[in-house]
Amino acid sequence: MQTPAPVDYARATSVEHALELLERLGPESRLIAGGHSLLPMMRIRLAQPECVIDINGLTDLDYVRVEGGDLCIGAMTRHSTVLASPVVGEHYAIFHEAERQIADPPVRNRGTVGGSFCQADPAEDLAAVGSAVKANLVLRSSQGTRTVPAREFHAGPYETVLGDAEMLTEVRVPIRPGSASAYDKVKRKVGDWAAAAAGAYVVLRDGVVADVGIGLTAVGAPHFCAEEAEAYLVGKTPTDEHLLEAGRLAAQACTPRADQRGPVAYKVHLASELTQRVLRRSVERAEGRS
Amino acid sequence: MQVKMTVNGTEVSGEIEPRLLLVHFVRNHLGLTGTHWGCDTSQCGTCVLLLDGEPVKSCTVLTAMADGHEVRTVEGLEVDGRLDPVQEGFMQEHGLQCGFCTPGMMLTARWLLDNDPDPDDHTIREAISGQLCRCTGYENIVRAVRWAAEHGGEEQAEREPQESSQEVQA
Repeated sequence: MQTPAPVDYARATSVEHALELLERLGPESRLIAGGHSLLPMMRIRLAQPECVIDINGLTDLDYVRVEGGDLCIGAMTRHSTVLASPVVGEHYAIFHEAERQIADPPVRNRGTVGGSFCQADPAEDLAAVGSAVKANLVLRSSQGTRTVPAREFHAGPYETVLGDAEMLTEVRVPIRPGSASAYDKVKRKVGDWAAAAAGAYVVLRDGVVADVGIGLTAVGAPHFCAEEAEAYLVGKTPTDEHLLEAGRLAAQACTPRADQRGPVAYKVHLASELTQRVLRRSVERAEGRS
Repeated sequence: MQVKMTVNGTEVSGEIEPRLLLVHFVRNHLGLTGTHWGCDTSQCGTCVLLLDGEPVKSCTVLTAMADGHEVRTVEGLEVDGRLDPVQEGFMQEHGLQCGFCTPGMMLTARWLLDNDPDPDDHTIREAISGQLCRCTGYENIVRAVRWAAEHGGEEQAEREPQESSQEVQA
């Protein structure tokens, strides 16, 4: 039987209250949202916080809306809510295609967008999505609010740039008129982490790639993105040959580790192949829109 | 710490350690052992119950997090001696063999039919995709949910009393 170590419990009633509790209880306290990353780690004692601060009552952070040209997703929005949101689908199919493959339905009913980013798992799907679409993350502390690009949010496996008494409150994605996006993942079974996964968005102008973002997860891509491949594609026509080269460049930047989900060569191959697939699908969708 | 919640329509309370997982509160403190406890790692889904009406894996929820909320377990499916159409469907279509996954499967089915009274096979399979069954190959579970959908699955509260389960079984 796996049971967390003894822990204290506090329930936050507002963002301000949560921040106050974080300050008062110190760095050994942890916010708990859906708990589907933190509790498994607590059960096997990889995590032993002194206190968990329950933020499930912060329903004012549970929203999807368009504001100031951004698609805004509150940190307490459940995966199932994102998956069911027509607004998300209208602007960024990549979120729906990723969410459909995150864990399984009961887990998606509890797990949150904010929790996924903050867990900073090296195989996290939303980390790749956030990097692909160049999202901005809104962080709050008692000192105020700051915005950090998703590509700078993760400091390493299970590490973020969040301060001890700081919390992620919102994910903002610039809405790019004419853009289209896609996500693809290879996994062994429902609920599994990715062996590899990739996401992308493209904006075409006169048949040429005007803007592009590529995200990868589980393959050791720096900051979950593929900047060289992006730079290569801008200004080019999205031909198979150019997409192949973009896939090659994306895979070249990856440093996957062999594990039960496959050897290194397989994952490098997947990084290239999945990058091409999501780019191709994004291009087809963008062409369909124009 | 003290917790209070509504379980199957009844208010319950208990003195618990904050680290107590909901599955153990339901089974050990309330004696509702219909909720099964399986893999302990949020993989198998046998501990699924409804929290505020939604299927969740109760081995990955702290009891404290359910304080003030509403829980429904398999024991709450039957009302006044009348089985839920989902339960009848599992009997009619032989939706179980060993029965270990059944409570979680039935609660997810209940939730699905409440939200989508006429789900197709794909939708049913998607809904139960986080829950393992090692006996049925899922075929009979899907049929059982379809049976419930076709026999007033969405109208549990309004249904007329039906013949007893023993007769259905025979």
